[in-house]
Amino acid sequence: MELGKKAGLTQCNKPLRNIFGDALLEVARANERVVVLDGDLGNSTMAEYVRYEFPDRFFNLGIAESNLVGVGAGLAGAGLYPFITSFSSFLLCNAYDQIRLAVAMSEIDATVIGSHGGITLGKDGPTQMGIEDLALIGGLPTFTIIVPCDPASMHAAVKAAPSIKGPVFIRSSRVPMPYIYPLEDTPWEVGKANIVREGADLTIIGCGMMVAAGLDAAAMLAEEGIEARVVDLHTIRPMDKESIVAAAKETGAVVVAEEHLLHGGVGSNVARVVAESAPVPMRFVGLRDVYVESGAPADLVKKYNLTADDICTAAREAYAAKGA
Amino acid sequence: MKDSVLLEADQLLETARQLRLDILEMTTKAGSGHPSSSWSAVELVTALYFGGILRYRANEPWWPARDRFIMSKGHAAPLLYAALAKAGYFPREELWTLREVGSPVQGHPIQGMMPGVEATTGSLGQGLSLGLGHVLGGRLTGQKFSVFVLLGDGECEAGQIWEAAMAASHYKAGNLVAMLDYNKYQETGPISREIALEPLVDKWKSFGWNVQEVNGHEIKEVIAALTLAQQLEATAKPQIIIAHTIKGKGVSFVEADFTYHGRALNAEQAALAREEINGTR
Ligand SMILES: Cc1ncc(C[n+]2csc(CCOP(=O)(O)OP(=O)(O)O)c2C)c(N)n1
Ligand SMILES: [Mg+2]
Repeated sequence: MELGKKAGLTQCNKPLRNIFGDALLEVARANERVVVLDGDLGNSTMAEYVRYEFPDRFFNLGIAESNLVGVGAGLAGAGLYPFITSFSSFLLCNAYDQIRLAVAMSEIDATVIGSHGGITLGKDGPTQMGIEDLALIGGLPTFTIIVPCDPASMHAAVKAAPSIKGPVFIRSSRVPMPYIYPLEDTPWEVGKANIVREGADLTIIGCGMMVAAGLDAAAMLAEEGIEARVVDLHTIRPMDKESIVAAAKETGAVVVAEEHLLHGGVGSNVARVVAESAPVPMRFVGLRDVYVESGAPADLVKKYNLTADDICTAAREAYAAKGA
Repeated sequence: MKDSVLLEADQLLETARQLRLDILEMTTKAGSGHPSSSWSAVELVTALYFGGILRYRANEPWWPARDRFIMSKGHAAPLLYAALAKAGYFPREELWTLREVGSPVQGHPIQGMMPGVEATTGSLGQGLSLGLGHVLGGRLTGQKFSVFVLLGDGECEAGQIWEAAMAASHYKAGNLVAMLDYNKYQETGPISREIALEPLVDKWKSFGWNVQEVNGHEIKEVIAALTLAQQLEATAKPQIIIAHTIKGKGVSFVEADFTYHGRALNAEQAALAREEINGTR
């Protein structure tokens, strides 16, 4: 994958999951109420960084996600701040009811980390991919939902999580993502979408790796004379309606790109806001009712149409529809 | 038509060696996968497919009366594929497309995507329940077959395993045979350090199962245990064979280091491993 190349972004050689591990360790150092729960994947999610330094505040509950979530919620009840970590697929699919009752309905202060979100975990294949995680967590109304797109915003999100009231979900990824924000004084606030590129002709809204892909697409579109605004919608809930409506009104067309199923995904939620308050032509880039197979991430994003080229195609269509 | 394959003792050893080698080549070529988890259970699967136990027709993979084999520890997919290829379900060349885009040889098994792949697994903990379903279904449709399920030891931390264990003895599933690949390691460390499973024999017994323990790398022992398990069907208790194994068996530096979990060997490591498996080192 060549995320951010065309947009001239600085590459980061560390996968986002390692950035998550670094950030989690910093939070654990700063806040002794933080505890970390692992489902025997700490070496993949990188939650294990905390284990080395704070073995007493790290619990591996094994390959038993329902129990993992329940124990995490219990720790919250005892006054601690749990980060409950695993692959987003295993956590949300195996322990959905536990997350629903003990975390979401109980409105506890806790963070659920869904690592290896989307399809870019690659070769392990569809059983391990979290392509429906945002839809599932979206079905739990009290959750704040965050999808960081770069190292700085991952740090910011993990740092912010314990101060957010109620449950938080943060999606992490197996692949590296280029720098979009500065590491110092990162302009990042939960619930507040960021315009990462200005443009008047249409808006590309993305989260996670689709922000860098969106910036690449914008660079390509600029060569054709189309100036795209790019918005990092890092917080899926609460959704920054103001910023979405402004984008629709000011640019007249919206493309939403996500590494997720379109059904129940980010695009459908953005569309609800646009349709209610500022209907304009929209197009969607994401997975169309398929399970994605095993393969190298670069091959998969091509085959399943999640590249900057695909965003360009969608953008051209939306832009053309605007004039119609 | 004879529906099981029983190789001579030396041929069984040779088959195990070939499967080990295929697992190595597949995962190294793919650049990812779980060779150590696959090597751990080579003799268990060899005994099943080539030791005269499993009744199957490679040219009629979904023959309704076939015995079932469910690879519940789905990350050992390379072992399953290698065995199926060896048994003649599909050409061996297909193995080399493991994990490539467009290939049906998926990183984890997807039901029906390759002939002989009985269940979609990879999220651990699910296979024993599926096995019980096959047993109950066979009972209803009047077909006589046995159902074999390969479990990981880490996998036995999953609650669903024990839900299935309870239900299987409730339903007197005497023809349900679990094989537990007891290699003493899960992904992040030794089982005993992460989530202790012992006393494991007592646990399964208390759930109403017949329990045997074997050295999981002695094919003859495994065949004997599987044979006895099938004879014990008449007791109307489900069967488990707790197989003591070594994760990474056959490649010394992998045996010695659990952090090889989920890692393919690079070209250099693979060259060493090849020599060890071939006994030329
Ligand atoms: C529900 C679920 N949680 C986590 C994982 C990630 N995972 C894959 S293999 C593995 C360790 C399995 O250990 P074990 O069952 O002992 O198998 P071994 O590799 O030792 O044969 C883990 C945690 C998974 N596949 N499924
Ligand atoms: Mg094990």
